[in-house]
Amino acid sequence: MSSDQLQGYKKTLNSPYTGIKGWIDSRLPLIRMMEAEYLKFPVPKSLNYFWSFGGIAMFCLIGLILTGIFLGFHYKPSAEDAFDSVERIMRDVSFGWLIRYLHANLVSFFFIATFIHIFRALYFGSYKAPRELVYIFGLTMFMLMMATAFLGYTLPWGQMSYWGATVITNLFSAIPVVGDAILQLLLGDFTVGDSAVNRFYVLHWLLAFAIVGLVVFHVITLHMTGSNNPTGSEPQSWDETVSFHPYVTIKDLNAALFFFIIMAFILFYYPNILGHSDNYIKANPMITPAHIVPEWYFLPFYAILRAIPDKLGGVIAMFSSILALGLLPWLDTSKVRSCLFRPIWRYCVLLFAVNFLVLMYVGGKPAEDIYVLISRIGTAYWFLFIFVLAPLVGFLETPRQPLTITNYLQSKKA
Amino acid sequence: MSDSKKPRRDFIKLSAMTLGGVGAASLLIPFISSMNPGKDTLALASTEIDLSPLEEGQSLTVIWRGKPVFIKHRTKSEIDIAKNTSLDELPDAEEDSARVQKDNWLVVLGVCTHLGCVPLGQKASDTKGDYGGWFCPCHGSHYDTSGRIRKGPAPTNLPVPPYVFLTDNRIKIG
Repeated sequence: MSSDQLQGYKKTLNSPYTGIKGWIDSRLPLIRMMEAEYLKFPVPKSLNYFWSFGGIAMFCLIGLILTGIFLGFHYKPSAEDAFDSVERIMRDVSFGWLIRYLHANLVSFFFIATFIHIFRALYFGSYKAPRELVYIFGLTMFMLMMATAFLGYTLPWGQMSYWGATVITNLFSAIPVVGDAILQLLLGDFTVGDSAVNRFYVLHWLLAFAIVGLVVFHVITLHMTGSNNPTGSEPQSWDETVSFHPYVTIKDLNAALFFFIIMAFILFYYPNILGHSDNYIKANPMITPAHIVPEWYFLPFYAILRAIPDKLGGVIAMFSSILALGLLPWLDTSKVRSCLFRPIWRYCVLLFAVNFLVLMYVGGKPAEDIYVLISRIGTAYWFLFIFVLAPLVGFLETPRQPLTITNYLQSKKA
Repeated sequence: MSDSKKPRRDFIKLSAMTLGGVGAASLLIPFISSMNPGKDTLALASTEIDLSPLEEGQSLTVIWRGKPVFIKHRTKSEIDIAKNTSLDELPDAEEDSARVQKDNWLVVLGVCTHLGCVPLGQKASDTKGDYGGWFCPCHGSHYDTSGRIRKGPAPTNLPVPPYVFLTDNRIKIG
């Protein structure tokens, strides 16, 4: 590098600010980065409220970490003490009931926001090129979220905690030959017990922060391509965008306000409606509750697990149901992103959403004939959607010409 | 660097990386191994049980290695059913005689081989499933009077733990 090249390079590092702001920014370029990525960042003008759920999910994550820290001050991770320490939080710790109910209900609302967020990605084609990695990081976070939620649910050491943990960890025993050895390695014992609750507590923390790390990657990849929008068309000019602040910040805050009002209603009036009453009974390794049901947000995947009459097959189906979704960017052959312009695929995606809710319903029912049948049909559609409909519909359907952002907004006004 | 030195340099690089890799991988052993059950957990004493209070038809649940063990004092008809079942009807074919030391005493691990729930059927009031043994409420596995899987998602029979008869009415599990 010649000397003037070096001077030119150094100039690109100069801070645009002066004063204290400039002093900090020329040493730690965070201020200019935040301004570029969050204040001036151009966002398509045509975003609807579906686009607020990513931000809402992030608020939920922050809330979970904050409440988690305060719960951690009082919680004791051992088979002997765990249940009693949670009851102590509920009865004796000042505002402990509020912090724990917040933590428990925020998880549910985190999943609600995430489910809507994923549906948005499917319906408006946000997973398609060039946003494949945004989508894959998102699905990875979703899987970590499920792992973290599962680990967290075992911590209160109630009957559902214990038996949920037993059933889920036993999934690993389905692995041929080494399954039982792996299970012992994971639990540090022959059964779910003192050793398991101790390490589950550590992993619950670890994975929570792993999710935070992945949020960074999710946002970096998103900001390389910019947000998708209902038309699926990329903005053609500066006029088709607005700055992230104040337009998106205010809109997302508004959406978050309504979202958290609904959460507050559940939190203060029906704090246990999304939980299971059996979890207020201390874990008893000798008695299995009559109906073991996972938390509501696991039910669709639990239904897929039970739909397959073979142990290993069920486990494979359950895990691959999410992994397969990660292939969608490459299996969907259509050139058009948004379902607004895709007459057939649109109904496939809507049916996928309905199917998800149906699986959720049957996942909470006992494994009896009719429910097993429905869960088999639902599981079949799940994989049919990804592996058959996505490539096939792309070929067969004739999409409409996608509107530009400007035309879309005009057509909505008219 | 002359070309003649390149293979030597490559060889040194490759050896160093291999050695470093093996070293790093072997460092994993103590950490992964530390996750296994500790010596205190492994050194669980065996359990001795007095069978004399158990009338014919009654069952007892005892704890061994933190898991429930079902001891069933089988009735004549239960034994006959278990003995006369054709092996063709069994998903995990096993003779009843291979699962018991004395015909009237069945000792099995009370942990469903599907996903680890404790099956129902120990109490007189419990449902015993379609085959008169045990029924797992979690995912609907049915076991017969020999603890063998007959229907449902469980892949194998309830395992028989190691045990010996100390006297006619006393056994030691483990």
